[in-house]
Amino acid sequence: MATQDRKNVEGRTTEEEYDDVPESPEPAPEAGARTETEGTDDLLDEIDGVLEQNAEEFVRGFVQKGGQ
Amino acid sequence: MSVIRVMGTETEYGIHAPSDPLANSTVLSSQIINAYAATVRGGKGNLAGTRWDYTDEEPLHDARGWSVSRENADPSQLTDMPPVLDAEQIALAGGRPPSNEFYSEEPGSGGVLMNMVLSNGARLYVDHAHPEYSSPEVTSPRDAVLWDKAGDVVVLQALRRIGRTPGFAPVNVYKNNTDNKSVSYGAHENYLMPRSLPFGHIVTGLIPFFVSRPVICGSGRVGLGTTGRHAGYQISQRADFFEAEVGLETTIRRPIINTRDEPHAVAEKYRRLHVIVGDANLSETSIYLRLGTTSLVLSMIEHGEAPRIELQEPVQALQAISHDPTLQQKVALKDGSMVTGLDLQEMYLEAAQQHCRKHGQDHGQTADVLQRWAALLDVLRRDPMDAAAQVDWVAKLKLLQAYRDRDSLEWSDPRLGLIDLQYADVRPEKGLYHRLAARGKMERLFTDEQIAAAASQPPPDTRAYFRGKCIEHFPVEVVGASWDSVIFDLPSRRKLQRIPTREPLRGTRELTGPLFEQAASAEEFISALLGPESGPDVAR
Repeated sequence: MATQDRKNVEGRTTEEEYDDVPESPEPAPEAGARTETEGTDDLLDEIDGVLEQNAEEFVRGFVQKGGQ
Repeated sequence: MSVIRVMGTETEYGIHAPSDPLANSTVLSSQIINAYAATVRGGKGNLAGTRWDYTDEEPLHDARGWSVSRENADPSQLTDMPPVLDAEQIALAGGRPPSNEFYSEEPGSGGVLMNMVLSNGARLYVDHAHPEYSSPEVTSPRDAVLWDKAGDVVVLQALRRIGRTPGFAPVNVYKNNTDNKSVSYGAHENYLMPRSLPFGHIVTGLIPFFVSRPVICGSGRVGLGTTGRHAGYQISQRADFFEAEVGLETTIRRPIINTRDEPHAVAEKYRRLHVIVGDANLSETSIYLRLGTTSLVLSMIEHGEAPRIELQEPVQALQAISHDPTLQQKVALKDGSMVTGLDLQEMYLEAAQQHCRKHGQDHGQTADVLQRWAALLDVLRRDPMDAAAQVDWVAKLKLLQAYRDRDSLEWSDPRLGLIDLQYADVRPEKGLYHRLAARGKMERLFTDEQIAAAASQPPPDTRAYFRGKCIEHFPVEVVGASWDSVIFDLPSRRKLQRIPTREPLRGTRELTGPLFEQAASAEEFISALLGPESGPDVAR
């Protein structure tokens, strides 16, 4: 079963594969703003690929019963 | 003056099988418990199911000095009875059982588990229609973060196992507090306090703090109102579900201050403050500040030094502050003045700083909490968006805003609702918090390895150490456990041996570690612990 435990970690390994957007050490204000925008575009592209299909149906289907 | 005290958290997770949308949530929750049991058994060869010892559960005792009769209690308040996966429970949760009802890999293993005590000292169980992880008792906000996040790893391992099991629909688990369709489920905190402190002091000292606390550690929510019908974004997951200032209930007429008086410790000495008003956090810094600042405010209350602030309408104020992510909303005090949530937080921060100057600080973490709290309030006052690395509601809002800007989305767009939900998905590859953290956009206090270790190892400095190590070392002989007991069944002794653990700071590694190291068997362990007649009282 140790193999299966290791499988659980695979998700985390995947997580580490995404590199942060490198930022120049002391960016000029404009360059910094551009890096920020590019970083955001890149982030949204990634999240587009992660979001569940058919948002409306998925959100509608998430129904919970009473809790504390 | 310190953030140090015995504390812990409870997380009720949202649960859903997207490919089997009508699946019964109680059954799905039991799958999480049983899949985790199978994972533990598989990894270590241990039997992991342990009966919960309900002897000292008193959910109907009210801290104001009375008890509610069982007849007058809501059925959901009767948490002192073992949950059974029977037709009634399933009917309560509605829906229909999934095709493969019960997760059990070993038919002879004793049926479906509804409760487990884990080797890290935590409890994992089915609470109504949700899987719940109650963390082990810890002594500091930093440790509270570690063992809170360990719960996310526990349920993650369980859902991975279900996903690998043929015939079972994959189960998703969300660390959030509402389905945006009128239902809310809790993320509770527990703090040990001296019994001698009058409960009324706790109530008056805490209400303005709790009303404003989401500003520094709310998890953010798309939608206003209990059904999320009104479009918009708010700071807190939970705020709209609160209807009262003080009360015993946790599932109906939810109060800002919960009066459940169930100390799970020596009742004459302690009370356990049960806080139900908070949001479940993904951000480590948000958990740290939620527990750390609250512990400091309790310290002030214990010394009679909490700021004297009285809100005109606390429940309305909680919601009004939550509904304004620009942090400009003002609420009325009884003296007629108007203050924002940030103003309230600053009043508490200043009082805490003064309190610590007066009495001194006994621990580096106290100074750290004070410093981070002050820095965060500064940032929030300047531009809330600059706190995205620390605060869940800001991180989520920043992401939502980026989508709104790129795709011109209205707040009512279902994609924004999906981002809200998926922020809390516990899977690293799907959860948006996890995606942000992987890019270094969330401040971390611990590594993934440290959090994974805390899923199996108990904190060393509370009775959780004794509980967890008993489960780890003697999985066959330990037949029951609870916060304040561990029960052994030994062939050599006619009666069950119930070891009370009513002092939260006993049973530590320092006091009991050598016993675990030396004992080759449960028999030896119990003899060393209790002696043939009477012996050292290490765990009591």
